[in-house]
Amino acid sequence: MELIEAIILAVLAASTPLLIAATGELVTERSGVLNLGVEGMMIVGAACGFGGAWLTGSIFIGALFGIVAGALMSLVFALMALGLAVNQVATGLALTILGVGLSGLIGAGFVGERITPAAHLYIPGLTDLPLIGRVLFGEDAFVYFSLALIVGVWWFLYRTRAGLILRACGDNHVSAHALGYPVLRIRTFAVMFGGGCAGLAGAYLPLAYTPFFIPGMTAGRGWIALALVVFSSWRPGRLVVGAYLFGAVTILQLHAQGWGVGIPSQFMSALPYLATVIVLVLLSRARAGGSTAPAALGTVFVPDR
Amino acid sequence: MQLVLEKRAERSNTIALVSPLIAIGLTIVTMTILFAILGKNPLLALHAYFIAPLTDSYSLQEIAVKATPLVMIAIGLSLCYLANAWNIGAEGQFLIGAVAGSWIAVKTQGTDAGPWVLPAMLVLAAAGGALYALIPAICKVKFGASEILTSLMLVYVADLFLDYLVRGPWRDPHGFNFPTTAEFDPVATVPLLIEGGRLHLGSIIALLVVAAAAILLGRTIKGFEIRVVGAAPRAARFGGFNSNQLVILTFAVSGALAGIAGIIEVAGPVGHLQPGISPGYGFTAIIVAFLGRLNPLGILIAGLFLALTFIGGEQAQIAMKIPLDVTKVFQGILLFYVLACDSLILYRFKLVLPNRQVARGTH
Repeated sequence: MELIEAIILAVLAASTPLLIAATGELVTERSGVLNLGVEGMMIVGAACGFGGAWLTGSIFIGALFGIVAGALMSLVFALMALGLAVNQVATGLALTILGVGLSGLIGAGFVGERITPAAHLYIPGLTDLPLIGRVLFGEDAFVYFSLALIVGVWWFLYRTRAGLILRACGDNHVSAHALGYPVLRIRTFAVMFGGGCAGLAGAYLPLAYTPFFIPGMTAGRGWIALALVVFSSWRPGRLVVGAYLFGAVTILQLHAQGWGVGIPSQFMSALPYLATVIVLVLLSRARAGGSTAPAALGTVFVPDR
Repeated sequence: MQLVLEKRAERSNTIALVSPLIAIGLTIVTMTILFAILGKNPLLALHAYFIAPLTDSYSLQEIAVKATPLVMIAIGLSLCYLANAWNIGAEGQFLIGAVAGSWIAVKTQGTDAGPWVLPAMLVLAAAGGALYALIPAICKVKFGASEILTSLMLVYVADLFLDYLVRGPWRDPHGFNFPTTAEFDPVATVPLLIEGGRLHLGSIIALLVVAAAAILLGRTIKGFEIRVVGAAPRAARFGGFNSNQLVILTFAVSGALAGIAGIIEVAGPVGHLQPGISPGYGFTAIIVAFLGRLNPLGILIAGLFLALTFIGGEQAQIAMKIPLDVTKVFQGILLFYVLACDSLILYRFKLVLPNRQVARGTH
């Protein structure tokens, strides 16, 4: 029983950064912009988030640092991909390359330092319940926030007028523009929301997952988040399922290494990446009939006046 | 007043020519500011980065050595990008090429195998890199899976696989438990061009690759197909060009080139297989490809320039304690400026006056 509870807790913790980053990217992509720089924004968010928490001693301020850092990075992307109509794939790659370098530079001063990780909720009685107590009532604030975030995004996209307009920009920017909506401004906001989420997801790693910063600690999670958005067919509900499935794969391979299954640890560590490839192939194959991606995803838009 | 983008009637050839230079200039200005923020003398730092490596023979050779893998990988990537196929997993193909080629070196170690060893290593490395690149290409063509994500994921897998080999079956039994194979035999080593120097045969191979790519793109129908499929997919369809076939072809070629670059690095400057054989060549080569405007000759120049930043970065670290990450920041900023300047080939800025805005903004 204890073990099952521990595994569920670990899965939730491993899934949360994926869920937060993928939620942000989902909104970005729903507005028609493909930002491949999630990994770069996450790693800068991790460095800035840890720096903020280490300097001020506050996890909350650390998280804010992460959000602002991610949003600023995404603003650079927006200037390039939206303002200058540069190819979005190339710009996203540039953002990741820049982010890896920047995070090393920012984080150099913090390597080897430790902070007190984010506190977990404790409600006397409820949290002590067997099996479900700690899972439901004993998480850190990020886990609850990530769930609130995805519900909020679902509500925004499907239940508000602004969400409908955002989706319209993603499906047909020419029509949205003709109707008088400021496509580029809406997309800029969507990109910055995605950036803020990626920064927060990155900050989660040194603030709650492991209480220290190491260069490259995102280890491809930004790319997995991008794959999750494809996995989800750009729908918030499926995104939650996907994020927890991937978190489970990550944790199960860790436990399998611990149990001493006779497979070399490197093969187990490769599982999340291989799983991403396999899932992408299976999904794309199943969808051969028609794509569910926003129709204008990744295309350049220069309004004619 | 508002600054807006407007499509040019025709692409500007002047800007196409000078845009890489503008980008490098802007990057240097940005770096000057960054050095000042880091509390380093910007002039000394720029000197360490860009001038010092050009002043002695050892560094000059080292630039050519570093440019070799960059140019070879970037040539392959440029073919992919021209055909609108997004291979960003060259780093993984580089590693698998290194592994595949090293297999022969490890198996023939200490035997009296003849001079066939090195050519066989090159062939196997090319095959390994090509096959590894074919995974995302086939996933893309057969199932429509995004080649960007799959090729990138396979980088992590390749990295772990190499790690497993040098910590497990291929580890040097006399290597004090370090994760590395034994030093390769002389027949499994890329020969040096200058006795006692650094320059090796790989640089000649890289030059041949540049020439071959220039001929392919400039003088053959296949090269024409690659360019048309990327630039005008609709026209290519009407022309009967098979874009799927070109995705497979360009991925295979670029994987093979990355694989050869991998084995040359291992059997040349490094001398044995170990983790960390690449300081991100596969990713830096993406910048080389764009800075070189996806043109073989441009890539050669861009490769030498980025190799200079690697060497300069090392010298700046030794001489001025400037962190190595500054080199990565430099490369990232450079790619941003290159892309931004390239945008001005197709678009120009226009000032929109506020009164016009109000008059037209009443919809």
